[in-house]
Formats: sequence, structure tokens, C-alpha cells
Amino acid sequence: MKIAVCVKEVPDTTAEKRIDPSTFRLVRTEGDRMLNEFDKYAVEEAIRLKEAGTADEVILVSLGPEKAVESLRQALAMGADRLVLVSDPAAAGSDYLGTARALAKAIDETGAELVLLGAEATDARSGVLTATLGEISGRTWVTSANSIAVNGSSITIERQSDDGVATVEAPLPAVVSVTKAINEPRYPSLKGIMGAKKKPQEVKSLGDIGLAASDVGEAGAKTKVVGVETPPARTAGVVVTDEGNGAQQILDFLIDKKLI
Amino acid sequence: MSGILVVAEPQGTGTRRVSLEILSKARELKDSIGGPLTAVIAGSGVADAAAVLGAHGAEKVFVADHEALGTGLAAPHVDVIATLHAENDFSTILFGGTSLGRDTAAALAARLGAGLNSDSIDLVASGSALSAVRPAFGGQNLVSSQWVNGPQIALVRPNSFAASESGGTAEVVAVTLDISDASLAAKVTGRKPAEAGKVSLEEASMIVSGGRGLGAPENFAVVEALASALGAAVGASRAAVDAGWYPHPNQVGQTGKTVSPNLYIACGISGAVQHKVGMQTSDVIIAINKDPDAPIFQFADFGLVGDLFEILPKLTELVNARKG
Repeated sequence: MKIAVCVKEVPDTTAEKRIDPSTFRLVRTEGDRMLNEFDKYAVEEAIRLKEAGTADEVILVSLGPEKAVESLRQALAMGADRLVLVSDPAAAGSDYLGTARALAKAIDETGAELVLLGAEATDARSGVLTATLGEISGRTWVTSANSIAVNGSSITIERQSDDGVATVEAPLPAVVSVTKAINEPRYPSLKGIMGAKKKPQEVKSLGDIGLAASDVGEAGAKTKVVGVETPPARTAGVVVTDEGNGAQQILDFLIDKKLI
Repeated sequence: MSGILVVAEPQGTGTRRVSLEILSKARELKDSIGGPLTAVIAGSGVADAAAVLGAHGAEKVFVADHEALGTGLAAPHVDVIATLHAENDFSTILFGGTSLGRDTAAALAARLGAGLNSDSIDLVASGSALSAVRPAFGGQNLVSSQWVNGPQIALVRPNSFAASESGGTAEVVAVTLDISDASLAAKVTGRKPAEAGKVSLEEASMIVSGGRGLGAPENFAVVEALASALGAAVGASRAAVDAGWYPHPNQVGQTGKTVSPNLYIACGISGAVQHKVGMQTSDVIIAINKDPDAPIFQFADFGLVGDLFEILPKLTELVNARKG
């Protein structure tokens, strides 16, 4: 069985970001990009399934600029086998739907039966790609897996929801997102890092995957940004040092704010 | 295009509060973008929830009752709402930003080829045009977004609007169910429910969070005691979760949950960017930290420099005493 893992290059979570006021896009600067942290859990789970003999190939699939290869290589260093990166100037500005369309085409070409994703990307933070990709690709989809077991042609998932944990059985092929509770992602070994550069890293255009430019990018986007504001930053309120009556001061503050 | 659909989410015999918050806001919006205001509640044994939706402004409530709608899996919900939309051609479909809401909205938008604005903290009507406002890049920007083609689908962050009753009553209509086999392919075979009465972090109106300053997992007991006294949910910083002191679903921050409660009490949390972006839209922030230079004091409304192990038990006692 082949497993495809969707990965994304995101801005460094600790760096200051800003939006270009004329294009409403993120201003990208050198050296502040990384593999989306949530994706590491999906990559780790796929590698573990391969190590357990359940899967025979782990293929990373991504949409982004060509330079993203540098960040995504970390997932190859962890142990994924190869990378397929859809990169095309016409794909810039893709929304949830354009992204899902491009990934679905690239995944179809890999022949993967199981598609894994992280819970969300640390830049967009919408967490909607799993459902979208499932719907677009016509595969059964399940979000928020705390564990995944493959049994022949189906999978069993412990699924985290707002109401607790449920055991879910789903047929393959399937699209599944994983939570941070599923595993502890490994750090790439030196050997892994050295070997990552030599692993296949294929860059495909929209034409290569058979997608029209009008389906993705800004042309295919179904929402449009009409304004960006910079709200005033939160400022410091009262700061006091506890001299024995600190708890009472907090209580008084809560009462004053009608919070209690 | 006819009106607004609010997709309500059941909880117990009622609905989640976020559903009522959105309905209350939608009541205001319909004067600009056009009514009627309709709600749908889909679940298993949910008919009783229709009344509360009417009391919050829904003129009509569709009720979809089916075992498969009560599993937490969204695919059957997508079928129900897609069918309703085909019959009613809503201009706008609004969901609460819960795990079920997020999944349903995303798959529905994909199926309809519609625009999806996620994580909205405000909905603004100017004339008949609607915009969704969301924080971006750690709250440094507020982005206003519209839709290229309808229906206008939005996910709304819990606690963005106040829930208020309109005193109305709704016409209740049972939905004829049309759920595809494909949407029933994933099945729930067992469940471990969350503790009774436990609110999810994203929906909690008050949160008490613990961080590195707690020093050890067992010390979360002082945070839990205060949370319990206040009726608050418990959060944790990334440092505390990464150290294995508290479970992942409780993590607040860039790689955890984003929350907007009325009250956020940060205990032993330094307030690094990673944490700040997950909680800075809280109405009131209180910080307790022994380090006077902790960044959290730069954006807390009330900061107390001191030993949380002395302060929290005292505060818990005071809160309990006040609540009688």
C-alpha cells in the first residue's frame, strides 16, 4: 500500500509576518520558512506504517513555490520516500478549493490508498483541507485521528471530537487527518538529512497534472480579500506585585469586570 | 437567493451556544442582506432543540433526525444541508467553528463550488454585501473577505457574538432524509464520551491555563481547582503539553487551539508569541507569573507578579466563598 502525505511549507511560526497591502498576500522573506509543524505528525505516522510493513511507500505531496522543496526536505529526512511538489505561478493565491483540486490530482497519480494530513497549517489555521480533499477526490474522509490501524481494505481510527473519542471504521481509499496525540514525530538523523537530497523530488506544473489555470490560484478562488486592517495591539493593563493580598485583588478585578 | 441558513449543532437536548450566538447575529444581518432567517438542526433525537432556535430568531427550523447524524462524523450532515440548499437556494450559510461545523462547512463548500470564509470573528453587512472578518498572522492583521460566488459560507469562531433571545417561535419542518451510501461509508463502532458537563476549550466562556511555571504535571491540580470554582475550562501552554503535563486537546496557541473566552487566566505562562496568538482575542486576560519581565504582562489586563502556588489556592477559596 502506498501512503500519500500532504505537506506544506509555512512561514516560521516565531517570525513577524505582514501582508502586502496592495496584493493582500503574505510578504515572503528569505530564511523564515519551515515545514508545517502539524504535518510532522502525519509524516511520522506514515513512516511508522511503512516500518511496520503495512505500507511500502510514503509519498509527500505539496502545492507551493519551487523553493518550498527546501523546507519539505525535512520530511524526506524523517524517512518519507519521495516528494511531488505542484508548483506553478498560476497556482499562487489558491484558496481551499484550488489547493484541494491540485493535491487531489497529484495524489491520484501516486496511486496512494491512504492519504494523511496534519490537523491544520500554522499559517491559514482553517483546518478545512481534509474534508475538502475527501469531497473533491471522492474518497471517504475522517478528521482528527488519535490512532490509525490498517486492516486489509479498511482502517480503524480513534477519532477525537468535541464530544469525546469515537472508534471509526472506514473503507480504503481514505483521507485522514491526524491530531498531535497520535505520535511523537522523530527528529531526522544525520544520515536521514544527508540522504534526503538524493531522494526523488519531482516538481510538476498544472499542465503536468492536467489541471486548468482557471481551477486554481486567484482565478479559481471563491473568496476575495477586500481589506486588511492592523488592529491596535493589546496594551498592558495593571501589573501589581503580590504582597499577600494578590488573590483578593484578582477577585476584586473579576467583580469589577462583572465576570463573577 | 433566499435568506440565511444557520446550521445549528446539537448538544444534549439543546444546541451548542455558538449556534445561538450566530442566530442572534444573523437576526441583525437579515435586515441588510435579506431574510428569511432559517436554521437547521441535524442529529439523533434533536427535535426538542427547535424551540430554542425559534426563541433566538429562527423563523423556520428544519429538523433532520437520523442515527447517522449523531456520530460526530460530518459526511451525512453535508448531504442534508446540500439537499436543503438545492431546495431553498440560501444566499448565506453560517456554521459554528466546532470540529463538526468545520468539517461540514468545508465539504459542503467543496461540493457546491462555493466560497468558504473560515475563523470569522465578525460578519459585516454593508448594504446587501456581506464580509467576514478574520484575524491573520497571529492577530497582527484583520482580514475582510467576501465571496466570489454563493452561497456565502462562513465558519464563525465561538464567543464572537452575544446570544440573545428574540422571543419568537419557529415553524418546525421535518426534513426528508437523503443520505448517500458514500456518506455512510465511515461508521462509528464505539464511543468514549467526554466528561459530562465539560465544555470544549473553543466554546468555553472562561479558561484557566497553566504553563511551564507549574513545574510538574500534578501541579495542574491548582489550575483545575480554580477552573472548577469558576466553571471554566482548563487550558495549557505548549511548554506544558510538550512536557507531557497536560493532554494535547487542551493546548492553546499557534500549534494548539485558538480561543476567545470572556476571561482568560494565564498561570505560569510567559506569553511567548506561540501562546499569545491563540488567546489574544480573549475579552479579559489575567496573568499570574513570578517573573515581572514575562511578556504576558505586556498584554494582560491585570497582571499579578507572585507565586501561583500561593495565589491560586487563595483565589479558589475566595471564588468558592463568594459563590456560596
